[in-house]
Amino acid sequence: MAQNRAELNRNLAQMLKGGVIMDVTTPEQARIAEDAGACAVMALERIPADIRAAGGVSRMSDPAMIKGIQAAVSIPVMAKVRIGHIAEARILQAIDIDYIDESEVLSPADDVYHIDKRQFDVPFVCGAKNLGEALRRIAEGAAMIRTKGEPGTGDVIQAVRHMRTMNKQIRELVGLRDDEVYEAAKQLAVPYDLAKYVHDNGRLPVVNFAAGGVATPADAALMMELGAEGVFVGSGIFKSGDPAKRAAAIVKATANWQDADLLAKLSENLGEAMVGINEDEIQTIMAARGE
Amino acid sequence: MVVAVEYISKEESADAESATHGVTGILAVQGAFAEHAAMLDRLGAPWKLLRAAEDFDDSIDRVILPGGESTTQGKLLHSTGLFEPIAAHIAAGKPVFGTCAGMILLAKKLDNDEHVYFGALDAVVRRNAYGRQLGSFAATADFGDIKDFPLVFIRGPFVVSVGDKATVETEVDGRIVGLRQGNIIATAFHPELTDDTRIHELFLGL
Repeated sequence: MAQNRAELNRNLAQMLKGGVIMDVTTPEQARIAEDAGACAVMALERIPADIRAAGGVSRMSDPAMIKGIQAAVSIPVMAKVRIGHIAEARILQAIDIDYIDESEVLSPADDVYHIDKRQFDVPFVCGAKNLGEALRRIAEGAAMIRTKGEPGTGDVIQAVRHMRTMNKQIRELVGLRDDEVYEAAKQLAVPYDLAKYVHDNGRLPVVNFAAGGVATPADAALMMELGAEGVFVGSGIFKSGDPAKRAAAIVKATANWQDADLLAKLSENLGEAMVGINEDEIQTIMAARGE
Repeated sequence: MVVAVEYISKEESADAESATHGVTGILAVQGAFAEHAAMLDRLGAPWKLLRAAEDFDDSIDRVILPGGESTTQGKLLHSTGLFEPIAAHIAAGKPVFGTCAGMILLAKKLDNDEHVYFGALDAVVRRNAYGRQLGSFAATADFGDIKDFPLVFIRGPFVVSVGDKATVETEVDGRIVGLRQGNIIATAFHPELTDDTRIHELFLGL
């Protein structure tokens, strides 16, 4: 992949900053998301809460369903492939997808190797629980990173943990002497050049969003406070009582996350939030998929 | 180039707080606003993010409309109450610089979308005119007298037709992608994603 393409793909993530990317399963939901102000949608057959409830193997969505969503909205459309599933990724590239999420929410296709994302022209976003994972995905060609959270639970604790862990590790790396970065790269199991970039710049070389368990405007504001550059909302919107209203409220909360008076207004009368499952009640830990 | 992490929490440049005029307001409801702030820092120009209507104070005498998703920005412009002061600013003929989504917000008409936002730029603009992300590209062309400017297009628009009031400053492959109209500068590309500050300097000189 040309250097130019890699840069253009990172640039698209920059345009999404400060925005909310919403999981949608139908063209109607996609239009609700766009009308609410989503900066992109993630097209998938089942939202994570239903994937979790259904169990079994979950795979890339039907391309016809994704195309239906592409036709319904003008904002970028993303879709998920299984970790390591090169062929699913080629299929999504063939239908002109805007971003591929190589996602732990689906069943992994490969328990060792991730996709060599540098071989593709379309950009990839990947999940990460910590700095090492984020930089390994970036080394493989990811143009955007998100926390893994624990999808489909409506419990924000893991997204918080991942975001705090990553940013703490970044601060630690920044604080090292130059000659200590080599060892840090070894400890993190990442290429030296990427560790050096973080040491010098105090951030990942790509945009970093929060994902997993965001269900309320306050959750979105919390993730922005912790350093997320934008938010993915999966099950939280269309598993709630009033999706259109909740979606619009989360968009506004993400844009003005420091304004507590506004957050208070946005949080009023949103109807029922998704029921949610506590972290310690769940059977399948999706975040553990892929290191 | 992604901008430094301090821009996540930085609301204005150090010299903007006490300034009574000469501050650039950067629309900051969604998108790549921090990249413009970093650009202005390089040029030593005071700036302030516009997140809510009350941020638009008397110190603001020029406005940047950054890249991002125009549908998202358009909705938040209204819900934040920022639409009115920015529209009044543009109507008064004061300087405004729109990049990509910013060009869409400025256009008097879109040829593939019913929305009109500020409607100030005498041109018809097509959203996502180059297609999806695989259509994003980089090129080099002049912006008026500024020669060989690096152009970055991210799911960008182009101009379908130009009225009498606007002048064409940049064309790539026969498509119009840069315009001026009085104190309005509008580009379908993203100068803020490059290291080239010349169009920002031109804007600050208006």
